[in-house]
Amino acid sequence: MTAHAVVAGVRRRARLTTLVLAVLAAALLLLALSVGTAVVSLPDVLSTLAGQGSRATDYIVLERRLPRAMTALLVGAAFGLSGAVLQSLLGNPLASPDVIGISAGAGASAVTAIVVFGAAGPPVALAALLGALLTAALMYVLAWRDGVTGYRLVLVGIGLAAILLSVTSYFMTRSQVTSAQDALVWLTGSLNESGLDELVPLAIALTILVPATAISARALDLLAFGDDTASGLGVEVRRTRLALLVCAVALAGTATAAAGPIAFVALLSAPIGRRLARDGGPALLPSALTGAVIVAAADFAAQHAPGLPQVPVGVLTGAIGAPYLLFLLARMNRGGHGG
Amino acid sequence: MTEHTLAEHTLTATDLRLAYDRREVVHGLSVAVPPGKMTMIVGPNACGKSTLLRGLARLLAPVGGTVELDGRDISTIPGREVATVLGILPQSPAAPEGITVADLVGRGRYPHQGWFRRWTAQDDAAVNEALTATDTIELAARPVAELSGGQRQRVWIAMALAQRTDLLLLDEPTTYLDVAHQVEVLDLLVDLNVTSGTTIVVVLHDLNLACRYADHLIAMRDGAILAEGAPADVVTTDVIERVFGMRSRIIPDPLSGTPMVVPESRHRMENSA
Repeated sequence: MTAHAVVAGVRRRARLTTLVLAVLAAALLLLALSVGTAVVSLPDVLSTLAGQGSRATDYIVLERRLPRAMTALLVGAAFGLSGAVLQSLLGNPLASPDVIGISAGAGASAVTAIVVFGAAGPPVALAALLGALLTAALMYVLAWRDGVTGYRLVLVGIGLAAILLSVTSYFMTRSQVTSAQDALVWLTGSLNESGLDELVPLAIALTILVPATAISARALDLLAFGDDTASGLGVEVRRTRLALLVCAVALAGTATAAAGPIAFVALLSAPIGRRLARDGGPALLPSALTGAVIVAAADFAAQHAPGLPQVPVGVLTGAIGAPYLLFLLARMNRGGHGG
Repeated sequence: MTEHTLAEHTLTATDLRLAYDRREVVHGLSVAVPPGKMTMIVGPNACGKSTLLRGLARLLAPVGGTVELDGRDISTIPGREVATVLGILPQSPAAPEGITVADLVGRGRYPHQGWFRRWTAQDDAAVNEALTATDTIELAARPVAELSGGQRQRVWIAMALAQRTDLLLLDEPTTYLDVAHQVEVLDLLVDLNVTSGTTIVVVLHDLNLACRYADHLIAMRDGAILAEGAPADVVTTDVIERVFGMRSRIIPDPLSGTPMVVPESRHRMENSA
């Protein structure tokens, strides 16, 4: 087999993976638009999307269901992309916004806004985003020692996450039952309240962040070969790493702002995406699509699965993600190293 | 090989000072790499030879002095542009899990590609040629992790070759290889030097192999150059003693005629008379 055939084979596989995941995401979107208290048939959903719907289907599909379904997909994609960038950048499968304190920072900040300032809606989202960015900046400063290594950043992040979780707990225990209830739903990650107010800022943020991440995607791939090799191939290592870190944190921050820290989506999506694409790279697009599929599927199940009460989507992703985290930790310990 | 211009590029250092965490390792060193030649840097452990190579390759920013590529301060040239002219193979590089040989070698094409992945026929040709030159084309579909040490080292060299640079710097490319594979790797570098006119700089541990393969030998100690020139001119018992702190006898290599350093030791010197 020639090198060309091998490389072409790998590319074909990556493209096929991307295509299959995209079709799956689109199918889930249509399903979410169709199923509910009033079932809209698939042809009606399609004609409504094409602008040919009746007033009833316009209301149900476009106004009631589309914002939530789109938010689910975009939030999932943002978490998936963020996790893929962080894991590849820091060379550690634990490096995910929910493990290294980014989500905890967003959570502490949002809970403070809800409980202390009685905020609701967009101000909570803004507080969450600011919390994520501030936590990341603090983490970066604390982990800095003539440059930042992945392992130090992960350890510092886990430490920060612990501190921030206790800040959250403190405010929760000091608060009124009703605002604690709101805060708890937010912290679990829920799409129950999702409407255009969540979708529009998220979509705007992603139109900036996704291309910004894509520009550095190939440099990210080379960073996995070590700083010297990447630098020798022409990557500006420090600048690229900082830019990607900012993008990944902002992605996780905006997703959290829109729907709360939906547990473990960022942690899970990247390894699945990488395993499906199998090209030895960071598999950003497959990971983002995997995240979108996970959140859309989990939210659909949370709403419609028979026997399940209407639970926040984060409960379901948490139930899938937590065993995976345990598996990761167990496997690492056996390997005798932390990364 | 259209991307090659025969040994047009120059690499020099002037009063170069290099440090890790403020601990200075290379102290005000000046050197000009001879274009189109094989240069070997030798010296005792921790003499700063790898550090010098990293400084020359722009992997380490100088704390004093300059490195100039084609007469321009290398720190002012964009990384991508440097990488189209100068390739570096770091010491024991690491590959991500699960990557195949063809994929790894393909990464060498990065500096020649645009912001988004555009794989051209020229990239294909460069990868194929690199795999052929290093005799690794049969391994193309194999995961790098499954290869033997010698095969892996050849694959890394293939990646550097796929980069198609006029200057190629290698940091101890024969570490962890048995003697047969060491010779194989060095022969490969000579092939490259002869057929493409590539300027090659190698940090090498084995003094006698360095003497055999170098056109130009640089002997370092304590972050400074003690002697440089053709091995036959440079390698004397006096220089070896000053560089390595070891008494020796120098005889011609029976196969290449280049100097061969035979170390003196405290034991087993029955024929020393």
